[in-house]
Amino acid sequence: MERKTGIVAGIDAGSTAIKVTLYDGTLTENMIEPAGWNGREVAAGMLARAASRRGVRVEEIARIYGTGYGRVGLVFLTKAVTEITCHARGAAFLAPGVGTVIDIGGQDVKAIRVDGSGRVLDFIMNDKCAAGTGRFLQVMAGALGMDLATMASLSAVGAEACPINTMCTVFAESEVIGLLNRGTPRETIIAGLYKSIASRVAAMTARITPCQPVVLTGGVALHPSMHKALESELKLPVTVPGQAVFAGSVGAALLAWDDLQRGGE
Amino acid sequence: MTLSRAQAMAHFDMAIPHAATSLKQLKDDGAKVVGFYCMFAPQEVALAAGAQPVALCATKEEPIADGEKTLPRNFCPLIKSSYGFAVTDKCPFFLHSDLIVGETTCDGKKKMFELMARIKPLHVMKLPQGYSTEADKAYWLSAVLELKELLETTFGVAITDGKLSAAIRELNEERLLIQELADYMKNDPVPLSGQDMLKLLWARNFVFDRSEFGAQVRELIGELKERVAKGEGALPKGAKRIVVTGVPTGIGAEKVLKIIEECGAAVVYIENCAGMKQFVSLVDEGKPVLEAIAEKYLGTHCSCMSPNPRRMELVAEVARDWRADGVVDIVWQGCHTYNVESRVLKDYLSSNVNLPYLHIETDYSLGDVEQIRTRVQAFLEMMG
Ligand code: SF4
Ligand code: SF4
Repeated sequence: MERKTGIVAGIDAGSTAIKVTLYDGTLTENMIEPAGWNGREVAAGMLARAASRRGVRVEEIARIYGTGYGRVGLVFLTKAVTEITCHARGAAFLAPGVGTVIDIGGQDVKAIRVDGSGRVLDFIMNDKCAAGTGRFLQVMAGALGMDLATMASLSAVGAEACPINTMCTVFAESEVIGLLNRGTPRETIIAGLYKSIASRVAAMTARITPCQPVVLTGGVALHPSMHKALESELKLPVTVPGQAVFAGSVGAALLAWDDLQRGGE
Repeated sequence: MTLSRAQAMAHFDMAIPHAATSLKQLKDDGAKVVGFYCMFAPQEVALAAGAQPVALCATKEEPIADGEKTLPRNFCPLIKSSYGFAVTDKCPFFLHSDLIVGETTCDGKKKMFELMARIKPLHVMKLPQGYSTEADKAYWLSAVLELKELLETTFGVAITDGKLSAAIRELNEERLLIQELADYMKNDPVPLSGQDMLKLLWARNFVFDRSEFGAQVRELIGELKERVAKGEGALPKGAKRIVVTGVPTGIGAEKVLKIIEECGAAVVYIENCAGMKQFVSLVDEGKPVLEAIAEKYLGTHCSCMSPNPRRMELVAEVARDWRADGVVDIVWQGCHTYNVESRVLKDYLSSNVNLPYLHIETDYSLGDVEQIRTRVQAFLEMMG
């Protein structure tokens, strides 16, 4: 492939949102849009717009690395890299010196131990089911008759958490409806949901022996209550870097950049 | 460089399809068959009784639904599969067995055998909880003696020391041959894929003529020698080298091995019961026969043994000898002993050989292939 510019791109094709990052060695340019039903087209469109904002054409981008659940569908990639490697690299860029990255995405939860340069030392991911993921929260928000954004803001009030006894998405939904019927305030239920996710994520993270500082990335990182609940369950300070949702696409772009500097094909 | 497959593998491709017919033939000719499930079953004793030891099917997804009609759903797939095969008569080897030998290796199997005994003559060997003390050894020796006596009365034969010695020599020779074969996997590129190695070791249980199997392995070894000389590989030179350990992952349950090799890494050693576990140690030919047999089998470094330091040491040792870049530990859902031991193994590897380790908990279904693939890819990326 002809290398025309010193610009590379990273795409994180998640289950709910697609993130695109352009990088030229100093400046990143980030873009996020809902994944919709045709992730490949959305990603291609975003890439074209991001490129034109930088005054280049897509064909002139030296390398395009993709990650995330939808990466296999992206035919125009130079290379596909897993979310784990990308999130680690991205988080280390957004929060230099990070020791452990916890990413709560739409479909999965992962905890990654990284070294100083953002290389993965160990990682763990949740199993098959949706417990503890963004998808879980979304279903619960639906049961509470609100959208995720409302849920995120409502919970910020700092209500007391009522116990939620199950993490199975199906059973938790009935439990939430039951609590509502008994007149439990919505804020209390929401706080309970965050607490139960946080304790599950903390237990998972313990298996990789987290080391500080701990950084939270992914869509759910933007829910202030999640952040707080996780801190209290982990008993460690947790930071949410600016641009936390872009950790995956930033990481992909940086890996593309590293390879470009190393002078690959 | 072209990636190719050893031609002698053709023998082993056909072994299982052929086995059902050849076993039927053996039976018609009056042979006695002893079916077994696990590495603790001392095969020499069956051979010395003039019986044919065969491995029973337990590694396919298909009969699990039938197994679940009786057994709890959250059991390990291996137990559900073996039981499902047994009750549906889908395993010809089960059908042809005159006697089944089971072991109390885990609570699930132990209780499953009680149910299985309703359909077939079945003998359960009771294992001690560990392999290190004199009491453990004496206890297991009595279990081996009990099996010997049972086979003698069941088949109306005398199992003499001479017959046991002959069986020991025959199987020891085979073990040495398999070790020789495994040594070829130390090369880069690997001349044989891990999936083919598994297929061969699996086929071993289904070639009933031991000298025929030996000849086939020798032919393959000859070919591997040439391949190594010519630099021919089953996977590219420089492919990341993986040692697989954990629960048995026989044909039908080789999902994770397949994913690893599809991701471009080479499975250079299979440290489990579907792989090298039974071949790494010999029966001591200098000791009294029954004691020597008991000693070899009790040494099986299975997670059902508590504690199980030998497995940790062995995994570290093979990882070093086969120059592994990482260890993948496969555990069936519901297998508590291997699942807990994973933690012990991970810590052991990180403090003793500083090797990356990946734990994969799964079952026989294909629902999680993509998640596992992501984990394996990330694991390989982690090695740089
Ligand atoms: S893992 Fe243990 S119980 Fe299972 S077959 Fe091997 S020795 Fe037997
Ligand atoms: S894999 Fe574990 S649970 Fe399953 S039969 Fe073997 S020891 Fe028992």
